[in-house]
This record gives sequence, structure tokens and C-alpha cells, in this order.
Amino acid sequence: MAGSPDGRIALVIIAKVVGTVVSTQKHRTFEGAKLLLVQPVNIDDTPRGVTLLAVDGVGAGVDERVLIVLEGRAAGEAIGRKGAPVDAAIIGIVDEVDVHEHL
Amino acid sequence: MQLARVIGTVVATRKDENLHGTTLLLLQPLSADRAPAGRPLVAVDAVGAGAGEEVFFVRGREASFPFHPGEPPVDAGVVGIVDQWDSA
Amino acid sequence: MLLAKIVGTVVATRKDPRLVSSKLLIARPMDPRGKAEGSYLVAIDTVDAGVGETVLIVSGSSARMASGLKECPVDAAVIGIVDNVEVED
Repeated sequence: MAGSPDGRIALVIIAKVVGTVVSTQKHRTFEGAKLLLVQPVNIDDTPRGVTLLAVDGVGAGVDERVLIVLEGRAAGEAIGRKGAPVDAAIIGIVDEVDVHEHL
Repeated sequence: MQLARVIGTVVATRKDENLHGTTLLLLQPLSADRAPAGRPLVAVDAVGAGAGEEVFFVRGREASFPFHPGEPPVDAGVVGIVDQWDSA
Repeated sequence: MLLAKIVGTVVATRKDPRLVSSKLLIARPMDPRGKAEGSYLVAIDTVDAGVGETVLIVSGSSARMASGLKECPVDAAVIGIVDNVEVED
């Protein structure tokens, strides 16, 4: 599964922003991009899998819950950088998740 | 992408022609608290990283993009050296 | 990519026509110090590797970027024979 860091099929997931990353020496397509550390979470907010790095396309901040696309082409387009070597991008900030347990 | 520490190098003389001239690094993926996260893997270097450095790497065929128009057959590539990270 | 040791070969007479001239190898992934880990996998050989050799395997859609495998229905390819692995302590 290209771009799915641990082999899961899901391409858009919910994660929590847990940190920021500073990198001076990086591939030129990352110049000016903001890199955030994100922890994928389950519906009940418990951690799910390993911490990932995603390029921020929406101005997210630490502690926010975000939507992440885990697929290279979509991630590159989301941040307006076609041909960038990325596999994850933040494409939205989650306001609220409604789960209907009975369904 | 994921955080990792460069823990070594791999030398292969006989290899795919599109890999010639590339450097292959051994990576140990890390969690935000610097603990090992999963198995070590081999990644192609696109930024001049070396043993002992903390880096981030991309998975999938996007790892070949820095070598465009070359097309090395790689599924993981180091695309940045990390100066520091802060995590809650 | 992952490091693996070649432990066998697979013979399949009836297979996808795009794989007719390909050699199929059985590989056992290993950690950087040579210890076997995980389950066996079948990979297409592109570098004339043999049983007992330590190799480099690319997986996923990137495997089709290996020499001669464009358009081939494969998800793992042997793309290098490893001479040496240097690991920090």
C-alpha cells in the first residue's frame, strides 16, 4: 500500500497533532512547509499505531484533531507541491465527530 | 513520513542500474519519545544524511521523486534531517 | 526496502504471461545483524541472486520500478545483492 505507513488500507484518518519538527536540511520541495508530528487515533481518541509526520496544508496546531490523507499523490496535491516526496498531509481540522453507537 | 535514526549503511555492488550512485541507509523508526517504533528498514538517501543523525523518511514510490527524472526502484527514502522536535 | 536472505526458489509453469521469463525467489526478511524475522515472501529476481545470498528487496508499487518489471503484476522485487551491512552500536 503506497503511502500507508503501516500497511493499513485507510487513506484518510483522524489524528491528533502532538508536536512540531524543525528541519533545516531537507529536500527542496519541503522549503517553507510546516511539518507536524501526528498521532493517529481511534474514534474514542485512543492512540492507534505509530507517530507520523505530516505536512500541514491547513494551519493546524498542537493538540488539535486533524484529518490526514495517507497517499502520496493526494498529499502532494493537498499542499500544492506536485512531485514532492510526501506520503502524508493534513487536509482538515476536525471540529466534531458524531458517532451513532446504535448503528 | 516518520521519524528515524540512521543506524548504519548498506553496500551492494550488484544492484538495479537505477540505484547506481545512490546511498542506502539503515533506519530505525522512532516514536515521538525517541523509542524504537517497529523494525529497521533500508532507505535511499536524498539529503546527505549520515549515521547517528535523526531524520524523517517517506514511504512508497514517492521516495524516488527526489531523483527525478531518474526512477530508482525504492519504497523508502530519507528526505530531511531533523534539527529538533518538540512533542506534547 | 528490507534486507532478506534467499532461502529457495519457486517454479510455476502456469503464470501471468508478463512473468514468463522471471525467476521467483523465496526470501526470509532479516534484521541488520542477520537474524531472521517475520514470515517468508516471494520476490521477483532482477539481479541474478542465488540461494544463501543476502539481498535488498523493494515492495509495494515501487517493485514495478525495478529494471524489466514495468507493468508486471508484482509487489516485491530483489534489486540488489548486499555485500556489507554496517550497523552502529
